[in-house]
Amino acid sequence: MNTDIAQRVKRILAEQLNVAPEALRDDATFDDYQADSLTRIELMLRLEEEFQLEIPRDDATRLEDVKGAIAFIEARAVAARP
Amino acid sequence: MTRRVAITGVGLVTPLGLDAEATWHGLLEGRSGVGAISQFDAAGCQTRIAAEVKGFEPSRYLSAADVRATDRFQQLALAAAQMALRDAGLPARFEGELAERSGCYLGTGIGGLTTLQRAFESVAKKGPRHGSSAYFLPAIIANLGSGRVSMAHQLKGPSLTHSTACASGAHAVGEAMRVIQHHGAEVMLAGGSEACINQLCVAGFNALQALSLRNDAPERASRPFDAGRDGFVLGEGAGLLVLEELEHARRRGARVYAELTGYALTSDAHHPTAPSLDGPVRCMALALRDARRSPADIGYVNAHGTSTRFNDLNETQAIKQVFGAHAPRLAISSIKSALGHSLGASGGVELALSALALARGVLPPTLNLEQPDPQCDLDYLPGRPREQAVGALLKNSFAFGGVNASLVMERV
Repeated sequence: MNTDIAQRVKRILAEQLNVAPEALRDDATFDDYQADSLTRIELMLRLEEEFQLEIPRDDATRLEDVKGAIAFIEARAVAARP
Repeated sequence: MTRRVAITGVGLVTPLGLDAEATWHGLLEGRSGVGAISQFDAAGCQTRIAAEVKGFEPSRYLSAADVRATDRFQQLALAAAQMALRDAGLPARFEGELAERSGCYLGTGIGGLTTLQRAFESVAKKGPRHGSSAYFLPAIIANLGSGRVSMAHQLKGPSLTHSTACASGAHAVGEAMRVIQHHGAEVMLAGGSEACINQLCVAGFNALQALSLRNDAPERASRPFDAGRDGFVLGEGAGLLVLEELEHARRRGARVYAELTGYALTSDAHHPTAPSLDGPVRCMALALRDARRSPADIGYVNAHGTSTRFNDLNETQAIKQVFGAHAPRLAISSIKSALGHSLGASGGVELALSALALARGVLPPTLNLEQPDPQCDLDYLPGRPREQAVGALLKNSFAFGGVNASLVMERV
Protein backbone atom coordinates (compact mmCIF):
# COMPACT_ATOMS: atom_id res chain seq x y z
CA MET A 1 0.00 0.00 0.00
CA ASN A 2 1.36 3.41 -0.93
CA THR A 3 1.27 5.27 2.38
CA ASP A 4 1.18 8.74 0.91
CA ILE A 5 -1.79 7.96 -1.35
CA ALA A 6 -3.58 6.10 1.44
CA GLN A 7 -3.18 9.05 3.82
CA ARG A 8 -4.46 11.52 1.27
CA VAL A 9 -7.46 9.32 0.42
CA LYS A 10 -8.31 8.86 4.09
CA ARG A 11 -8.07 12.61 4.74
CA ILE A 12 -10.58 13.30 2.00
CA LEU A 13 -12.89 10.46 3.07
CA ALA A 14 -12.86 11.62 6.67
CA GLU A 15 -13.69 15.17 5.66
CA GLN A 16 -16.55 14.15 3.38
CA LEU A 17 -17.93 11.56 5.80
CA ASN A 18 -17.86 14.11 8.62
CA VAL A 19 -15.56 12.18 10.95
CA ALA A 20 -12.25 13.13 12.54
CA PRO A 21 -9.34 11.72 10.45
CA GLU A 22 -8.01 9.63 13.34
CA ALA A 23 -11.49 8.17 13.88
CA LEU A 24 -11.88 6.88 10.32
CA ARG A 25 -11.68 3.09 10.56
CA ASP A 26 -9.68 1.28 7.86
CA ASP A 27 -12.34 -1.44 7.71
CA ALA A 28 -15.30 0.94 7.57
CA THR A 29 -17.88 1.05 4.82
CA PHE A 30 -19.48 4.28 3.64
CA ASP A 31 -22.80 2.96 5.00
CA ASP A 32 -21.24 2.91 8.46
CA TYR A 33 -21.15 6.70 8.28
CA GLN A 34 -24.67 7.08 6.85
CA ALA A 35 -23.33 8.43 3.55
CA ASP A 36 -26.21 9.19 1.20
CA SER A 37 -25.94 9.36 -2.59
CA LEU A 38 -24.96 13.05 -2.64
CA THR A 39 -22.12 12.37 -0.21
CA ARG A 40 -20.88 9.46 -2.31
CA ILE A 41 -20.82 11.59 -5.46
CA GLU A 42 -19.03 14.35 -3.59
CA LEU A 43 -16.39 11.86 -2.36
CA MET A 44 -15.61 10.96 -5.96
CA LEU A 45 -15.40 14.61 -7.05
CA ARG A 46 -12.97 15.49 -4.29
CA LEU A 47 -10.82 12.41 -5.03
CA GLU A 48 -10.81 13.38 -8.71
CA GLU A 49 -9.64 16.86 -7.80
CA GLU A 50 -6.98 15.71 -5.33
CA PHE A 51 -5.41 13.17 -7.67
CA GLN A 52 -6.16 14.98 -10.93
CA LEU A 53 -8.01 11.95 -12.25
CA GLU A 54 -11.22 11.38 -14.10
CA ILE A 55 -13.21 8.56 -12.59
CA PRO A 56 -15.78 7.04 -14.97
CA ARG A 57 -19.21 7.00 -13.32
CA ASP A 58 -19.65 3.23 -13.64
CA ASP A 59 -16.38 2.65 -11.79
CA ALA A 60 -17.30 5.20 -9.13
CA THR A 61 -20.55 3.55 -8.13
CA ARG A 62 -18.77 0.32 -7.23
CA LEU A 63 -16.93 1.90 -4.30
CA GLU A 64 -18.37 1.10 -0.90
CA ASP A 65 -15.60 1.30 1.69
CA VAL A 66 -12.31 2.85 2.81
CA LYS A 67 -10.10 -0.06 1.68
CA GLY A 68 -11.74 -0.17 -1.73
CA ALA A 69 -11.34 3.57 -2.25
CA ILE A 70 -7.63 3.46 -1.37
CA ALA A 71 -6.97 0.52 -3.69
CA PHE A 72 -8.98 2.16 -6.47
CA ILE A 73 -7.01 5.41 -6.32
CA GLU A 74 -3.65 3.68 -5.98
CA ALA A 75 -4.28 1.72 -9.18
CA ARG A 76 -5.32 4.80 -11.13
CA ALA A 77 -2.74 7.18 -9.69
CA VAL A 78 -0.05 4.76 -10.89
CA ALA A 79 -1.73 4.39 -14.29
CA ALA A 80 -1.96 8.18 -14.69
CA ARG A 81 1.77 8.71 -14.26
CA PRO A 82 3.40 9.57 -17.60
CA MET B 1 -67.97 25.93 1.35
CA THR B 2 -64.56 27.19 2.53
CA ARG B 3 -63.05 25.99 5.77
CA ARG B 4 -61.56 28.14 8.51
CA VAL B 5 -57.82 28.48 9.05
CA ALA B 6 -56.17 28.74 12.45
CA ILE B 7 -52.60 29.66 13.35
CA THR B 8 -51.51 27.05 15.89
CA GLY B 9 -47.73 27.51 15.97
CA VAL B 10 -44.96 29.94 15.12
CA GLY B 11 -41.22 29.47 14.57
CA LEU B 12 -38.77 32.36 14.29
CA VAL B 13 -35.03 32.88 13.83
CA THR B 14 -34.33 36.61 13.63
CA PRO B 15 -31.71 39.30 14.29
CA LEU B 16 -33.30 39.78 17.74
CA GLY B 17 -33.18 36.14 18.79
CA LEU B 18 -32.89 32.50 17.83
CA ASP B 19 -36.51 31.75 18.72
CA ALA B 20 -39.94 33.37 18.91
CA GLU B 21 -39.87 34.34 22.57
CA ALA B 22 -36.43 36.01 22.40
CA THR B 23 -37.57 37.94 19.33
CA TRP B 24 -40.88 38.94 20.90
CA HIS B 25 -39.29 40.19 24.12
CA GLY B 26 -36.59 42.04 22.20
CA LEU B 27 -39.29 43.77 20.16
CA LEU B 28 -41.23 44.84 23.25
CA GLU B 29 -38.05 46.08 24.91
CA GLY B 30 -37.43 48.31 21.92
CA ARG B 31 -34.14 46.64 21.02
CA SER B 32 -32.63 46.76 17.55
CA GLY B 33 -31.17 43.81 15.67
CA VAL B 34 -29.06 46.07 13.41
CA GLY B 35 -25.27 46.32 13.66
CA ALA B 36 -22.06 46.40 11.63
CA ILE B 37 -21.91 43.65 9.01
CA SER B 38 -19.86 40.68 10.26
CA GLN B 39 -20.61 37.93 7.75
CA PHE B 40 -18.29 39.32 5.08
CA ASP B 41 -15.78 42.13 4.72
CA ALA B 42 -18.02 45.06 3.83
CA ALA B 43 -15.25 47.67 3.90
CA GLY B 44 -15.66 48.40 0.18
CA CYS B 45 -19.46 48.75 0.29
CA GLN B 46 -21.37 51.99 0.63
CA THR B 47 -23.57 50.36 3.29
CA ARG B 48 -21.71 48.47 6.01
CA ILE B 49 -24.61 47.70 8.40
CA ALA B 50 -27.26 45.00 8.39
CA ALA B 51 -29.64 43.10 10.66
CA GLU B 52 -27.86 39.77 11.07
CA VAL B 53 -29.01 36.63 12.87
CA LYS B 54 -26.35 36.25 15.58
CA GLY B 55 -24.93 33.03 16.95
CA PHE B 56 -26.94 30.65 14.76
CA GLU B 57 -25.46 27.14 14.90
CA PRO B 58 -26.89 24.97 12.13
CA SER B 59 -25.52 21.83 13.83
CA ARG B 60 -28.21 22.28 16.50
CA TYR B 61 -30.85 21.53 13.89
CA LEU B 62 -29.11 19.61 11.08
CA SER B 63 -26.70 16.69 10.77
CA ALA B 64 -23.11 17.50 9.74
CA ALA B 65 -23.80 16.13 6.26
CA ASP B 66 -26.89 18.31 5.86
CA VAL B 67 -25.05 21.43 7.07
CA ARG B 68 -22.55 20.85 4.27
CA ALA B 69 -25.31 20.42 1.68
CA THR B 70 -27.42 23.48 2.52
CA ASP B 71 -27.33 27.24 2.19
CA ARG B 72 -27.94 29.37 5.28
CA PHE B 73 -31.46 30.29 4.09
CA GLN B 74 -32.36 26.57 4.14
CA GLN B 75 -30.76 26.12 7.56
CA LEU B 76 -32.74 29.01 9.06
CA ALA B 77 -35.93 27.60 7.54
CA LEU B 78 -35.27 24.15 9.02
CA ALA B 79 -34.70 25.64 12.47
CA ALA B 80 -37.87 27.75 12.27
CA ALA B 81 -39.92 24.79 11.01
CA GLN B 82 -38.76 22.56 13.85
CA MET B 83 -39.68 25.20 16.42
CA ALA B 84 -43.03 25.98 14.79
CA LEU B 85 -44.16 22.36 14.85
CA ARG B 86 -43.07 21.96 18.46
CA ASP B 87 -44.93 25.17 19.33
CA ALA B 88 -48.06 23.75 17.71
CA GLY B 89 -47.80 20.51 19.65
CA LEU B 90 -47.56 18.54 16.42
CA PRO B 91 -45.18 15.60 15.93
CA ALA B 92 -41.69 16.22 14.58
CA ARG B 93 -42.30 13.51 11.99
CA PHE B 94 -45.72 13.20 10.42
CA GLU B 95 -47.14 9.79 9.53
CA GLY B 96 -49.95 8.18 7.63
CA GLU B 97 -52.84 10.25 6.40
CA LEU B 98 -51.78 13.44 8.18
CA ALA B 99 -48.41 13.29 6.40
CA GLU B 100 -50.21 13.16 3.03
CA ARG B 101 -52.56 15.98 4.06
CA SER B 102 -49.82 18.35 5.25
CA GLY B 103 -47.42 20.51 3.25
CA CYS B 104 -44.97 23.39 3.19
CA TYR B 105 -45.14 26.70 1.33
CA LEU B 106 -41.87 28.51 1.94
CA GLY B 107 -41.15 31.81 0.25
CA THR B 108 -37.71 33.18 -0.49
CA GLY B 109 -36.77 36.17 -2.60
CA ILE B 110 -33.18 35.41 -3.46
CA GLY B 111 -32.44 31.85 -2.34
CA GLY B 112 -28.91 30.50 -2.03
CA LEU B 113 -27.00 33.50 -3.35
CA THR B 114 -24.06 33.08 -0.96
CA THR B 115 -23.59 29.48 -2.10
CA LEU B 116 -23.95 30.60 -5.71
CA GLN B 117 -21.18 33.13 -5.20
CA ARG B 118 -18.93 30.44 -3.67
CA ALA B 119 -19.74 28.01 -6.51
CA PHE B 120 -18.92 30.60 -9.14
CA GLU B 121 -15.58 31.48 -7.52
CA SER B 122 -14.67 27.79 -7.16
CA VAL B 123 -15.41 26.94 -10.77
CA ALA B 124 -13.66 30.07 -12.01
CA LYS B 125 -10.56 29.11 -10.05
CA LYS B 126 -10.44 25.34 -10.62
CA GLY B 127 -12.49 24.80 -13.77
CA PRO B 128 -15.90 23.17 -14.08
CA ARG B 129 -14.81 19.60 -13.37
CA HIS B 130 -12.83 20.06 -10.17
CA GLY B 131 -14.36 23.31 -9.00
CA SER B 132 -17.88 22.02 -8.73
CA SER B 133 -19.59 20.11 -5.94
CA ALA B 134 -22.55 17.78 -5.70
CA TYR B 135 -23.82 20.05 -2.94
CA PHE B 136 -23.94 23.29 -4.93
CA LEU B 137 -27.23 23.05 -6.78
CA PRO B 138 -29.31 21.65 -3.92
CA ALA B 139 -28.01 24.48 -1.74
CA ILE B 140 -28.60 27.20 -4.33
CA ILE B 141 -32.07 26.54 -5.70
CA ALA B 142 -34.97 28.27 -4.01
CA ASN B 143 -37.30 25.29 -3.62
CA LEU B 144 -34.95 23.24 -1.50
CA GLY B 145 -36.07 25.38 1.43
CA SER B 146 -39.54 23.82 1.38
CA GLY B 147 -38.02 20.59 0.08
CA ARG B 148 -35.72 20.21 3.08
CA VAL B 149 -38.52 21.10 5.51
CA SER B 150 -40.80 18.51 3.89
CA MET B 151 -38.06 15.89 4.18
CA ALA B 152 -37.29 16.70 7.80
CA HIS B 153 -40.90 16.44 8.92
CA GLN B 154 -42.35 14.03 6.34
CA LEU B 155 -44.82 16.51 4.91
CA LYS B 156 -46.03 14.72 1.80
CA GLY B 157 -48.77 17.07 0.64
CA PRO B 158 -48.50 20.34 -1.32
CA SER B 159 -45.05 21.95 -1.47
CA LEU B 160 -44.35 25.19 -3.30
CA THR B 161 -41.83 27.99 -3.19
CA HIS B 162 -43.20 31.45 -3.81
CA SER B 163 -40.60 33.89 -5.01
CA THR B 164 -42.10 37.37 -5.11
CA ALA B 165 -39.23 39.34 -3.63
CA CYS B 166 -40.27 41.13 -0.44
CA ALA B 167 -43.77 39.64 -0.54
CA SER B 168 -42.66 35.99 -0.81
CA GLY B 169 -43.37 35.06 2.80
CA ALA B 170 -46.77 36.77 2.84
CA HIS B 171 -47.80 35.18 -0.44
CA ALA B 172 -46.71 31.77 0.87
CA VAL B 173 -48.92 32.19 3.93
CA GLY B 174 -51.88 33.48 1.92
CA GLU B 175 -51.65 30.68 -0.61
CA ALA B 176 -51.28 28.07 2.13
CA MET B 177 -54.40 29.52 3.73
CA ARG B 178 -56.25 28.97 0.46
CA VAL B 179 -55.12 25.33 0.26
CA ILE B 180 -56.62 24.60 3.67
CA GLN B 181 -59.77 26.66 2.97
CA HIS B 182 -60.37 24.66 -0.19
CA HIS B 183 -59.87 21.23 1.40
CA GLY B 184 -56.38 20.65 -0.04
CA ALA B 185 -54.65 20.05 3.28
CA GLU B 186 -55.20 19.98 7.04
CA VAL B 187 -51.85 21.43 8.12
CA MET B 188 -49.52 23.75 6.21
CA LEU B 189 -46.20 25.12 7.37
CA ALA B 190 -45.98 28.52 5.67
CA GLY B 191 -43.76 31.59 5.71
CA GLY B 192 -40.41 32.72 4.42
CA SER B 193 -36.66 32.46 4.79
CA GLU B 194 -33.84 34.66 3.53
CA ALA B 195 -30.10 34.88 4.15
CA CYS B 196 -28.35 36.98 1.55
CA ILE B 197 -26.20 39.34 3.55
CA ASN B 198 -23.32 39.12 1.10
CA GLN B 199 -21.36 41.48 -1.07
CA LEU B 200 -23.39 40.94 -4.22
CA CYS B 201 -26.68 41.68 -2.52
CA VAL B 202 -25.46 44.74 -0.62
CA ALA B 203 -23.76 46.12 -3.72
CA GLY B 204 -26.87 45.52 -5.81
CA PHE B 205 -29.20 47.29 -3.40
CA ASN B 206 -26.68 50.13 -3.01
CA ALA B 207 -26.68 50.55 -6.80
CA LEU B 208 -30.46 51.00 -6.59
CA GLN B 209 -29.91 53.55 -3.79
CA ALA B 210 -32.30 51.50 -1.68
CA LEU B 211 -30.21 51.01 1.48
CA SER B 212 -29.65 53.33 4.42
CA LEU B 213 -26.15 54.82 4.56
CA ARG B 214 -26.29 55.48 8.31
CA ASN B 215 -23.19 53.36 9.00
CA ASP B 216 -22.17 55.38 12.06
CA ALA B 217 -25.43 54.69 13.93
CA PRO B 218 -26.66 51.22 12.90
CA GLU B 219 -29.42 50.89 15.49
CA ARG B 220 -30.96 54.18 14.33
CA ALA B 221 -30.76 53.51 10.62
CA SER B 222 -34.10 51.74 10.14
CA ARG B 223 -36.61 54.50 10.83
CA PRO B 224 -39.91 53.87 8.98
CA PHE B 225 -42.16 56.91 8.57
CA ASP B 226 -39.50 59.20 10.08
CA ALA B 227 -38.53 62.41 8.26
CA GLY B 228 -34.86 61.36 8.32
CA ARG B 229 -35.28 57.91 6.78
CA ASP B 230 -32.83 57.19 3.98
CA GLY B 231 -33.46 53.62 2.90
CA PHE B 232 -33.92 50.16 4.34
CA VAL B 233 -31.52 48.02 6.34
CA LEU B 234 -30.91 44.57 4.86
CA GLY B 235 -31.90 41.78 7.22
CA GLU B 236 -32.10 37.99 7.27
CA GLY B 237 -34.08 35.34 9.11
CA ALA B 238 -36.89 32.81 8.92
CA GLY B 239 -40.49 33.00 10.06
CA LEU B 240 -42.86 30.05 9.73
CA LEU B 241 -46.46 29.65 10.86
CA VAL B 242 -48.35 26.42 11.39
CA LEU B 243 -51.68 26.90 9.62
CA GLU B 244 -54.29 24.33 10.53
CA GLU B 245 -57.91 23.70 9.67
CA LEU B 246 -59.80 25.10 12.63
CA GLU B 247 -61.84 22.04 13.56
CA HIS B 248 -58.76 19.84 13.23
CA ALA B 249 -57.00 22.15 15.67
CA ARG B 250 -59.93 22.18 18.11
CA ARG B 251 -60.35 18.39 18.05
CA ARG B 252 -56.78 17.87 19.22
CA GLY B 253 -57.01 20.67 21.81
CA ALA B 254 -54.45 22.87 20.09
CA ARG B 255 -53.77 26.40 21.26
CA VAL B 256 -55.02 28.82 18.58
CA TYR B 257 -53.16 32.13 18.33
CA ALA B 258 -55.50 33.64 15.75
CA GLU B 259 -57.48 32.93 12.62
CA LEU B 260 -56.55 33.97 9.10
CA THR B 261 -59.71 35.36 7.56
CA GLY B 262 -58.68 37.30 4.47
CA TYR B 263 -56.03 37.41 1.75
CA ALA B 264 -55.55 39.30 -1.47
CA LEU B 265 -52.82 39.92 -4.01
CA THR B 266 -52.57 42.54 -6.76
CA SER B 267 -50.07 43.89 -9.26
CA ASP B 268 -49.16 47.53 -9.74
CA ALA B 269 -48.22 46.98 -13.40
CA HIS B 270 -46.26 50.19 -13.02
CA HIS B 271 -42.48 50.02 -12.34
CA PRO B 272 -39.89 47.37 -11.49
CA THR B 273 -38.95 48.88 -8.14
CA ALA B 274 -41.06 51.96 -7.34
CA PRO B 275 -44.56 51.40 -5.93
CA SER B 276 -47.86 52.71 -7.21
CA LEU B 277 -50.75 53.84 -5.06
CA ASP B 278 -53.40 51.86 -6.89
CA GLY B 279 -51.88 48.39 -6.38
CA PRO B 280 -51.66 48.53 -2.56
CA VAL B 281 -55.04 50.28 -2.25
CA ARG B 282 -56.83 47.57 -4.21
CA CYS B 283 -54.90 44.87 -2.36
CA MET B 284 -55.92 46.05 1.10
CA ALA B 285 -59.52 46.62 0.01
CA LEU B 286 -59.74 43.14 -1.53
CA ALA B 287 -58.25 41.53 1.58
CA LEU B 288 -60.88 43.24 3.73
CA ARG B 289 -63.62 42.11 1.36
CA ASP B 290 -62.23 38.55 1.42
CA ALA B 291 -62.42 38.64 5.23
CA ARG B 292 -65.92 40.13 5.08
CA ARG B 293 -64.66 43.01 7.23
CA SER B 294 -65.07 46.74 6.88
CA PRO B 295 -62.19 49.17 7.51
CA ALA B 296 -63.60 50.13 10.91
CA ASP B 297 -63.22 46.51 12.09
CA ILE B 298 -59.43 46.75 11.85
CA GLY B 299 -57.60 47.94 14.96
CA TYR B 300 -53.96 47.51 13.87
CA VAL B 301 -51.99 47.49 10.63
CA ASN B 302 -48.65 45.71 10.62
CA ALA B 303 -47.06 47.75 7.86
CA HIS B 304 -44.60 46.83 5.15
CA GLY B 305 -42.82 49.95 6.43
CA THR B 306 -39.36 49.51 4.94
CA SER B 307 -37.92 52.94 5.87
CA THR B 308 -37.55 53.99 2.23
CA ARG B 309 -38.79 57.38 1.11
CA PHE B 310 -41.04 55.76 -1.50
CA ASN B 311 -42.68 52.93 0.41
CA ASP B 312 -43.51 54.65 3.66
CA LEU B 313 -45.15 57.63 1.95
CA ASN B 314 -46.99 55.46 -0.55
CA GLU B 315 -48.18 53.03 2.10
CA THR B 316 -49.45 55.88 4.29
CA GLN B 317 -51.40 57.37 1.42
CA ALA B 318 -52.78 53.96 0.50
CA ILE B 319 -53.89 53.29 4.09
CA LYS B 320 -55.65 56.66 4.18
CA GLN B 321 -57.44 55.92 0.95
CA VAL B 322 -58.64 52.49 2.10
CA PHE B 323 -59.54 53.37 5.68
CA GLY B 324 -60.84 56.91 5.14
CA ALA B 325 -62.12 58.49 8.36
CA HIS B 326 -60.95 55.41 10.32
CA ALA B 327 -57.29 55.85 9.33
CA PRO B 328 -56.34 58.22 12.19
CA ARG B 329 -57.83 55.73 14.68
CA LEU B 330 -55.63 52.85 13.47
CA ALA B 331 -52.55 51.73 15.35
CA ILE B 332 -49.83 51.08 12.77
CA SER B 333 -46.26 49.90 13.24
CA SER B 334 -43.33 48.53 11.29
CA ILE B 335 -41.31 45.65 12.75
CA LYS B 336 -38.63 46.39 10.15
CA SER B 337 -37.58 49.25 12.42
CA ALA B 338 -36.11 46.58 14.73
CA LEU B 339 -35.46 43.60 12.46
CA GLY B 340 -34.48 45.29 9.22
CA HIS B 341 -35.91 44.06 5.94
CA SER B 342 -35.46 40.33 5.50
CA LEU B 343 -36.87 40.38 1.95
CA GLY B 344 -38.57 37.05 1.25
CA ALA B 345 -38.64 36.16 4.94
CA SER B 346 -40.21 39.41 6.11
CA GLY B 347 -43.82 38.49 5.38
CA GLY B 348 -43.50 35.24 7.30
CA VAL B 349 -41.59 36.77 10.21
CA GLU B 350 -43.97 39.72 10.54
CA LEU B 351 -47.13 37.60 10.21
CA ALA B 352 -45.84 35.31 12.96
CA LEU B 353 -45.16 38.28 15.26
CA SER B 354 -48.55 39.79 14.34
CA ALA B 355 -50.21 36.57 15.50
CA LEU B 356 -48.44 36.91 18.85
CA ALA B 357 -49.47 40.57 19.07
CA LEU B 358 -53.10 39.67 18.46
CA ALA B 359 -53.11 36.78 20.91
CA ARG B 360 -51.27 38.67 23.67
CA GLY B 361 -52.95 42.05 23.25
CA VAL B 362 -49.68 43.97 22.86
CA LEU B 363 -48.75 45.86 19.69
CA PRO B 364 -45.02 46.23 18.88
CA PRO B 365 -43.54 49.70 18.39
CA THR B 366 -41.94 51.49 15.47
CA LEU B 367 -38.39 52.30 16.56
CA ASN B 368 -36.52 55.50 15.74
CA LEU B 369 -39.64 57.51 14.95
CA GLU B 370 -38.31 60.75 16.38
CA GLN B 371 -39.47 63.30 13.87
CA PRO B 372 -42.39 62.06 11.77
CA ASP B 373 -42.47 62.94 8.11
CA PRO B 374 -45.23 65.58 7.87
CA GLN B 375 -46.80 63.53 5.10
CA CYS B 376 -46.75 60.41 7.31
CA ASP B 377 -49.13 61.64 9.97
CA LEU B 378 -50.87 58.50 11.25
CA ASP B 379 -50.35 56.76 14.58
CA TYR B 380 -47.28 54.55 14.11
CA LEU B 381 -46.75 53.59 17.78
CA PRO B 382 -43.46 55.45 18.10
CA GLY B 383 -40.87 54.04 20.48
CA ARG B 384 -43.03 52.01 22.86
CA PRO B 385 -45.29 48.96 22.56
CA ARG B 386 -48.97 49.49 23.31
CA GLU B 387 -51.14 47.20 25.35
CA GLN B 388 -54.25 47.10 23.25
CA ALA B 389 -56.61 44.20 22.63
CA VAL B 390 -57.41 44.37 18.96
CA GLY B 391 -60.03 42.18 17.30
CA ALA B 392 -58.62 42.16 13.78
CA LEU B 393 -55.42 43.31 12.08
CA LEU B 394 -54.23 43.80 8.53
CA LYS B 395 -50.73 42.85 7.34
CA ASN B 396 -49.10 44.33 4.23
CA SER B 397 -46.17 43.18 2.14
CA PHE B 398 -45.27 45.09 -1.02
CA ALA B 399 -42.50 44.06 -3.35
CA PHE B 400 -40.22 44.83 -6.28
CA GLY B 401 -42.05 43.96 -9.44
CA GLY B 402 -45.04 45.87 -8.12
CA VAL B 403 -46.54 42.84 -6.41
CA ASN B 404 -48.62 43.20 -3.27
CA ALA B 405 -50.00 40.96 -0.55
CA SER B 406 -52.40 41.79 2.27
CA LEU B 407 -53.80 39.46 4.91
CA VAL B 408 -56.41 39.86 7.64
CA MET B 409 -55.95 38.06 10.95
CA GLU B 410 -58.51 37.93 13.77
CA ARG B 411 -58.86 36.80 17.34
CA VAL B 412 -60.91 33.64 17.70
